[in-house]
Amino acid sequence: MSETARSLLNSAGLLAATLGLASGLIWLERRLLALWQDRYGPNRVGPFGLLQVLADMIKIFFKEDWIPPFADRPVFVMAPAVIIISVLMSFAVVPAAPGIGVVDLNVGLLFFLAMSSMGAYSVVLAGWASNNKYSLLGGLRSAAQMLSYEVFMGLSLMGVVVLAGSFNLREIVLAQRRIWFVVPQFLGFVVFLIAGLAETHRLPFDLPEADSELIAGFHSEYSGMKFGMFFVGEYLGVILISALISVLFLGGWMGPLLPPLAWFLVKTLFFICLFILFRAALPRPRFDQLMGFGWKAMLPLSLLNLMATAAVVLWIGGPR
Amino acid sequence: MRSNRAVEIEQAAMEGTTTTVGGKTAQAAADSASPARELGGAFPGLSLLPQESSDGIPTYWVPKEKARPILRFLRTGLERPFRMLYDLTAIDERARARQPGEPARDFTVVYHLLSYDRNQDIRLKVPLEGEYPALPSVTDIWPSANWYEREVWDMFGIGFEGHPHLCRILMPRTWSGHPLRKEHPARATEMGPFELPEEKQEAEQAALQFQPEEWGLARRGEETDFMFLNVGPQHPGTHGVLRIVLQLDGEVILDAVPEIGFHHRGAEKMGERQTWHTYIPYTDRIDYLGGVMNNLAYLLPVEKLAGIELPPRATVIRVMLCELFRIASHLVWYGTFAQDVGALSPVFYMFTDREKIFGIVEAICGGRMHPSWFRIGGVAQDLPRGWDKLVRDFVDYLPERLDEYDKIVMKNRIFKARTVGIGAMSLDQAVEWGVTGPNLRACGFEWDFRKKRPYAGYEQFEFDIPTATSGDCYARAVVRVEEMRQSLRIVRQCLENMPPGPYKSDHPLTTPPLKERTMRDIETLITHFLGVSWGPVIPAGEAMVAIEATKGSNGYYLLSDGNIHPYRLRIRAPSFPHMQMLPEIARGLMVPDLLAILGSIDFVLADVDR
Repeated sequence: MSETARSLLNSAGLLAATLGLASGLIWLERRLLALWQDRYGPNRVGPFGLLQVLADMIKIFFKEDWIPPFADRPVFVMAPAVIIISVLMSFAVVPAAPGIGVVDLNVGLLFFLAMSSMGAYSVVLAGWASNNKYSLLGGLRSAAQMLSYEVFMGLSLMGVVVLAGSFNLREIVLAQRRIWFVVPQFLGFVVFLIAGLAETHRLPFDLPEADSELIAGFHSEYSGMKFGMFFVGEYLGVILISALISVLFLGGWMGPLLPPLAWFLVKTLFFICLFILFRAALPRPRFDQLMGFGWKAMLPLSLLNLMATAAVVLWIGGPR
Repeated sequence: MRSNRAVEIEQAAMEGTTTTVGGKTAQAAADSASPARELGGAFPGLSLLPQESSDGIPTYWVPKEKARPILRFLRTGLERPFRMLYDLTAIDERARARQPGEPARDFTVVYHLLSYDRNQDIRLKVPLEGEYPALPSVTDIWPSANWYEREVWDMFGIGFEGHPHLCRILMPRTWSGHPLRKEHPARATEMGPFELPEEKQEAEQAALQFQPEEWGLARRGEETDFMFLNVGPQHPGTHGVLRIVLQLDGEVILDAVPEIGFHHRGAEKMGERQTWHTYIPYTDRIDYLGGVMNNLAYLLPVEKLAGIELPPRATVIRVMLCELFRIASHLVWYGTFAQDVGALSPVFYMFTDREKIFGIVEAICGGRMHPSWFRIGGVAQDLPRGWDKLVRDFVDYLPERLDEYDKIVMKNRIFKARTVGIGAMSLDQAVEWGVTGPNLRACGFEWDFRKKRPYAGYEQFEFDIPTATSGDCYARAVVRVEEMRQSLRIVRQCLENMPPGPYKSDHPLTTPPLKERTMRDIETLITHFLGVSWGPVIPAGEAMVAIEATKGSNGYYLLSDGNIHPYRLRIRAPSFPHMQMLPEIARGLMVPDLLAILGSIDFVLADVDR
């Protein structure tokens, strides 16, 4: 198989898999939430309600795609595309298993951080372009949240980089042959998990949309497929963060018995379910409390983690 | 009865209080010191004309010029003052004959004051003459008078001089006429067909535009332009059609203007056309989470007027159902409050439990949310076979669940961070703004009408009055959660001590009339027929009984002039003053806090708007 064909196949496969998984998550989340909330969830369409996804997709495709007359049209249309594109781009650097992955960038981790910052623009632009006060508040919250959580999201990963001595995600996985980084980098793991939650706007960090306060926040004015793109974008984000956690902290595809890809998927799925459990279990903090928590607790913690890791590595004498 | 001397007034007042039922009155615990005597001391030469009332609340006619000074004296001049304006309403008197000895008038404005120190009420009636009369406002004496005076203006066209912003409150601004005036049509069939041409729709839309200047709100501050945010009438956090306009600086609330009336259905107007009996189903829909609790608030004064005493079984059935509904209402509040601060799951658990209550209610009443189960003189039917097992299963089941909710809601740290110290009101504030029920008890004041003025047989039950101290959102939650446990205690006592006997009083005015008597002779048949078709004729008089409803103190002030329907029916609903004081506790907080407060004060918009 030629190199080009292989990478084409890889890209197409990954695209199909992530989008398929993202839409599957609609069903999974609703069923899991229902399970935890003592009810049934969608169980009528197809076996176990699995075809609910299909029904939802048909519905959303045929909904009126309404652009409010007071909105800033070009930006309004562009905003949902930005989130999908930036998240899908990030998947390019995720090594699912040996030989599976779109590209091996030696700055893979930085590329992911850059792309996730891009995603923030989507929400801010959507909030601004909607020309609606609730959307604006959502957009503002999102901007502030992103700004503060991006900072230590990056910092929390630096411990991993120091240990692995590389920004290349594949090399980071291989560096965990002896021990998964979740053990030496437990603090970094926790901080990244929280930052990841914030990054994907999942409860308890769903302040930009906060339905009981801001109706639907930044996407109040969106309907039809544009709303659908935000929706899918959020799920893609959840998958991305879960995949990255397994790559960075849980040894990616490595594990006994099962084939590498299966290990990767199992680990990712575990974190996806954990994200959904958070949503079922926790209330939402207030905006200023969230910011305070970010700057006063998370940032010092991640700095501490970075310095301690660096000191230990220097003491022992370099990576590996 | 007219007298210039205080002693005689005193005597007359005491006579008024002796018209009671079963020797037990709302004023049983009342202080012996009479406000009338103290008033006589402060206003020499004052002539207070007492008015007979069936509820034992001392009621006096006060001339218009004297009303304000007297009210001010009762609020500030007394040793143990009447600090709370329990209700303020009016009566259109033009459609009925004046009783001998009463002052001439076209309208009457009624002030109902409450003193917690004395555990006593006083009712002052001000006669007004003229087509659109006016009298001085008391908003500077009680801040809570603001909305009440607006309501009286809206409903009757009675003006209040010196009111800061006298405008419509329940009816839309574009409305013409004042609905509770007797000449205003009471049915849609009395008016022309409704039409909404485009111009009219645009005019209605324009009338909804918020003008900050009207409310004395600035559009810009020294450095920033303020944002005015419409929360509602359609908003997921307002639990119904409520509009709150927020003046925001960033996300900080500088001021809030609640706009109510979207849920107004003219419940008081309907009271004037329904018979005494057929009004019962309307009451269920006032506090629509309170179910039969509303029936009770309405029927207690009706039974007072009629002089009906309840058999013990009927009393206990009523208490049991009321307490079940209190739990049901608090469960809805619990779940939705948690949801307002962002917790998705609790509401599902609590609705599941509420469903179990509805299972019991359904088995007993047939209905669920609005069973309309109480009747004049008792309840509609006896308890069904096997009711005790249903109730026992429930009282055994719920405590464990409540303990679990404590863990997932009350002890959750994010929940605490969102509610502790948020939306706090002081006890003074609460009393002045007419706050009652759990919201009052959350300020550290142990006051429960069931204990302090036992009605409907509550004196036979053992339970505690839960209180909290800080008066914030969390304290309000603590009180309600504990109240559910106390209600369970009461329900258990009902279960174990349900007395045998009839479920309805043996009194000629009970409705529907007792069937056993109908087929004896033509006279009893006619009586039954009239009782069913017209309903009973309730003797003339006026009465009100304040009860501890799910949201706070609820009371129906009924005026009968010996007819098959009330001459005037006034609903004192707890949510109305609670909603009024919202800006008071929301200023300076953030938008999410507003939602936490809305969730914590537990209002029902049908109860606000009636």
